[in-house]
Amino acid sequence: MAILEVQNLRKSFGRIEVLKDIGFTLEKGEVLSIIGSSGSGKTTLLRCLNFLERPDGGAIRVAGETLFDADDPATQQERQVRKKRLRFGLVFQSFNLFPQYTALKNVMLACELLARERPDYRANKREINQQIESEAKALLHKVGLANRLNSYPYQLSGGQQQRVAIARALALSPDILCFDEPTSALDPELTGEVLRVIRELKTADRTMVIVTHEMEFARNVSDKVLFMADGVIEEMGPPEQIFEHPRSERTKAFFSHMTRE
Amino acid sequence: MQLFLQQFPIVVRSLNAGFVQTLKLFFVTLIGAMPLGLVISFGSMSRFKPLSVFTRVIVWIVRGSPLMIQLLIIFYFPGMVLGNPIWGGKEAGRFAAASVAFIINYACYFSEIYRGGIQSVPVGQDEAGMVLGMTKAQIFFRVKLLQVVKRIMPPMSNEIITLVKDTSLARIISLQEIIWAGQAFMKSSQGISGAIWPLFFTGVYYLAASGLLTLLFGWIERKLNFFRV
Ligand SMILES: Nc1ncnc2c1ncn2[C@@H]1O[C@H](COP(=O)(O)OP(=O)(O)O)[C@@H](O)[C@H]1O
Ligand SMILES: [Mg+2]
Repeated sequence: MAILEVQNLRKSFGRIEVLKDIGFTLEKGEVLSIIGSSGSGKTTLLRCLNFLERPDGGAIRVAGETLFDADDPATQQERQVRKKRLRFGLVFQSFNLFPQYTALKNVMLACELLARERPDYRANKREINQQIESEAKALLHKVGLANRLNSYPYQLSGGQQQRVAIARALALSPDILCFDEPTSALDPELTGEVLRVIRELKTADRTMVIVTHEMEFARNVSDKVLFMADGVIEEMGPPEQIFEHPRSERTKAFFSHMTRE
Repeated sequence: MQLFLQQFPIVVRSLNAGFVQTLKLFFVTLIGAMPLGLVISFGSMSRFKPLSVFTRVIVWIVRGSPLMIQLLIIFYFPGMVLGNPIWGGKEAGRFAAASVAFIINYACYFSEIYRGGIQSVPVGQDEAGMVLGMTKAQIFFRVKLLQVVKRIMPPMSNEIITLVKDTSLARIISLQEIIWAGQAFMKSSQGISGAIWPLFFTGVYYLAASGLLTLLFGWIERKLNFFRV
């Protein structure tokens, strides 16, 4: 069964239709890269998956469970949105770390707050919090920041901040981790370290959706590549097909435009 | 000189008593207006249009008219128009009326500062909290509040130092604060008459109070320097 199933997704802002009938599926452990020129709707798609925008039509299913279906009001209750968001993680272009917390606390905060809702929280408070802390440390170690646990965001480079943000998103173990141009706000010399971390996250069971302009990276890391243009999926397939033998004229035009830059 | 030395202890005792009243009004206003301002700022930011329009009109009226007139209206209006002088004629009643007027007035000013502070926190902070499964309350209290506090410290310090001095307006309804106490010696009080220096001397109290507040706010701002927004 597909871990992620997106069907006929539509979203308009006012009279502009930003997403027109988007549909794709993703198996567990697959990495999907989304490419396309700016304004084509990539960010809006990720925001719909993370319930930051409510789609106007279509459905989103995770592991067979319908999280959103425009035709079924029962799937649209405001109260349940918070739990549904936990199925997805999102790494933002602009990091959005919490400035008043250290790197470690940034990673721990949401887990701590969530743990309080566990029925056994009162009884096992200490153990639970110790567990959260050691997991957060392990995550920061994994993104290469074991020595910056107590740094505040302003004391970190952009690349380091983005790696903290990745650890923060991983802390809640989402089913699907999304990245929205994770290196676009970084100086060129800092993009490498972030891309390397993302590449190392690829394991048999971690599903990722990555919006990126880094074509070399997309080609190497992805199982599927999706080219978006004007709110539609212009072309989708394995990276070899999209990069070596694009069928659509728009895809070809996009690549020739990219290489000229 | 000798006369001055005779008068000094009497005047200081009297001014001290007035200053206690000044400080009481100051603290009661702060304790009432700081939380009320937050409620008003949420009202003015509400997505429910009638509420936000209503709140903003109230804030506009309160900020757009002199505090002195608001004091007079709150003190005299119930007696004159409703035929029910709820405040009574005693000092305690005048203090209560002054407190109500000051709390409403300052809550409106604070609410605008809060609103500016809250709206200046990037929307990315809300969104980061949301995708991490936080509730609205958690996002406000655990993510945004301290950033808001840091941003609003400078305008809040100004407003609070202004409040120290504004308390003197309460003498329009005969609240016996420090200026009222100083002024009494111009006519005649406790065997001293025609003395204007006690009134000038009240300035020392105000300077001391605003000096202390300036130090306090400087300390808080340094305490919040551990992060940047
Ligand atoms: N909140 C919004 N309100 C109105 N228009 C929006 C909003 N968000 C995005 N858009 C519009 O939707 C289109 C797609 O935007 P976006 O999803 O950010 O594209 P991309 O990430 O591919 O650059 C753009 O034309 C953009 O102006
Ligand atoms: Mg975008």
